[in-house]
Amino acid sequence: MEWLAERLAQAPGLENMLYFLAITLPLLSIILGFVTYAILAERKVIGYIQLRYGPNRVGGRFGLLQTVADVLKLLIKEDTRPKLADKPLYILAPIIAFVPSFAILVAIPITETLTFANMGVGLLYVIAVSGLSTIGMVTAGWASNNKYALMGGMRAVAQMISYEVPLIMSAVGVVLFAGSLNLTVIVEQQQFVPYILLQPIGFIVFFIAATAELNRTPFDLPEAESELIAGYHVEYSGFRWAMFMLSEYVYLFAMSALITVLFLGGWNPIIGLGFIPDVVWFALKFSIVVFVFMWIRATLPRLRADQLMEFGWKVLLPVAMFNIFFSAVLKELFF
Amino acid sequence: MIRTEEMLLNVGPQHPSTHGVFRLIVKIDGEIIKEATPVIGYLHRGTEKLAEDLQYTQIIPYTDRMDYLSAMTNNYVLCHAVETLMELEVPERAEYLRIIAMELGRIASHLVWYGTYLLDIGATSPFLYAFKDREMIINLLNELCGARLTFNYMRIGGVKWDAPEGWIEKVKQFTEYMKKELEGYDELVTGNEIFQNRVKGIGQYSKETAIQYSLSGANLRCTGVDYDIRKIEPYSIYDRFDFDVPVREEGDAWARYECRMEEIVQSLRIVEQAVEQFPEDGEVLGKVPRVIRPPKGEVYVRIESPRGEIGCYIASDGKKEPYRLKFRRPSFYNLQILPKLLEGENMANMVAILGGVDIVLGEVDG
Repeated sequence: MEWLAERLAQAPGLENMLYFLAITLPLLSIILGFVTYAILAERKVIGYIQLRYGPNRVGGRFGLLQTVADVLKLLIKEDTRPKLADKPLYILAPIIAFVPSFAILVAIPITETLTFANMGVGLLYVIAVSGLSTIGMVTAGWASNNKYALMGGMRAVAQMISYEVPLIMSAVGVVLFAGSLNLTVIVEQQQFVPYILLQPIGFIVFFIAATAELNRTPFDLPEAESELIAGYHVEYSGFRWAMFMLSEYVYLFAMSALITVLFLGGWNPIIGLGFIPDVVWFALKFSIVVFVFMWIRATLPRLRADQLMEFGWKVLLPVAMFNIFFSAVLKELFF
Repeated sequence: MIRTEEMLLNVGPQHPSTHGVFRLIVKIDGEIIKEATPVIGYLHRGTEKLAEDLQYTQIIPYTDRMDYLSAMTNNYVLCHAVETLMELEVPERAEYLRIIAMELGRIASHLVWYGTYLLDIGATSPFLYAFKDREMIINLLNELCGARLTFNYMRIGGVKWDAPEGWIEKVKQFTEYMKKELEGYDELVTGNEIFQNRVKGIGQYSKETAIQYSLSGANLRCTGVDYDIRKIEPYSIYDRFDFDVPVREEGDAWARYECRMEEIVQSLRIVEQAVEQFPEDGEVLGKVPRVIRPPKGEVYVRIESPRGEIGCYIASDGKKEPYRLKFRRPSFYNLQILPKLLEGENMANMVAILGGVDIVLGEVDG
């Protein structure tokens, strides 16, 4: 990393610009690879749960190229825009939703060596940046000049704000135990015992709040198909729509990775199985989390807006607060 | 100073939750509905007027297309009306076949309702499970009459085809299978807290309101009125079977859900008994003249369709076509209460209420 620091110190020019672009490629390809196959996996998993096959035409009997074909289709699709839409905002909205979802990923440590930015305040950074994409959603809802989209956008804001609070609060317990906001340190602290065992309440609250943050069933109100048709992105088509979709799955990646890091011990192996490489451990734990998200989606119906708010403020938040208190007492007494 | 504005929102006719081409113009304040105006007629085909130029047997396929989720009951109400007018005898075996077909149709119709209602509430899997089971019923009926949706099975004086060999046995197996499936439904949905929270206390109305709005079927029984035409005015051979009429007191969407799910169980009971009593042999079509000419006069019959009381009025002037034919289509009557129910509710409840009423647009528009 020496050479990188050197380049950063230099005056900006074409050459170091190219370097900076090049070093982001591995991260980007990991994420895009994940998104491609996460969409396929979701369709397959839900397909099997619902007694269907899921995609099995494009790319062999497992439909391995289905998502690629879908993305290509979206790329060449006509990009329509409502006549009365607010043009600059309409174009900007997918980008606002999309950029923060990628920006989060740099802070997430996949293994000890495969960490793109080892930040001192990693957790804070992740949570702060993830909150930004709400702005993209409400912008999309407003700019589309569509009543359904507007309602979807408003719902998205209300939901994101109310669930961000318990999300952060439930992570505080982990921070207390680890004594650091640095995600790498948090993982290292879990070498023997993952925090899911020390912080079961925190884990449950975090998981529920994360589901809400991801707009997934049972909290998929902003894009409730049966009520609002598609919510804030109802007027979008082609690649702009794909960007919303993409950011949704990138968030899924980010949240699952964050849960893995905070509660499941990241790349730490189960004791005695250390010969399996770190990446495999991370991928394994991470995949389980993703699978649970998909499983929930196939099982549960949707909440109503007012019930959602009630649950967030009256149940999750007090529980998360109690968890902080409890963790503090525990830490003081035993550690 | 904050200024709020009411917004006019057009729901449908192309909307995933309107179950067909139903349009609803709602005036909303935020997410609260101030006023709802249903607009119907997108699927109007003038069945009743068309029937005036058709011979009685030719009208039967038109009835298939009214309530396309339970075409058997529609077939039956027309045949029943003409038979009553002509005082025709229907062979025993035909009556049993009709009962089995109608009750299977009722189960299939309720399964579609269950699946789509859960889809409205936001759960996708129950829809596919319900359709898988409905598929088995459709296959059974397909074996019986060669059609999956628009059966055109019943004839005046009986039914068109006899049951193929081994069919009764298959129906018996299906009832056993369906009972097990229902347990799965209960485990997945009925006990689900989120689902219960979504439907309990939603779209509530009293017994008096239900009667004033002339509701029927589960929409009426959910308020505590014990009203099922199969019981109070048994037609066909319903008096030979032992079954209960599920009644609930609450009058909300949850009560309607419970009523309909219980009706599936009761229909299975009827099918089981019918299979048990099924006559060994016999005619399936009575002695009817080639061209049906009912005597001069008028008749009104009513039966219990999955959606409520379906009636058929025929005024005959002795010709081979009816002079006037009118169907009392339960979906149309049940829909009338919708604007009243929607007032003051929010958008998410709108879907839950509309779905709970259980309308079929082919029947609403006629």
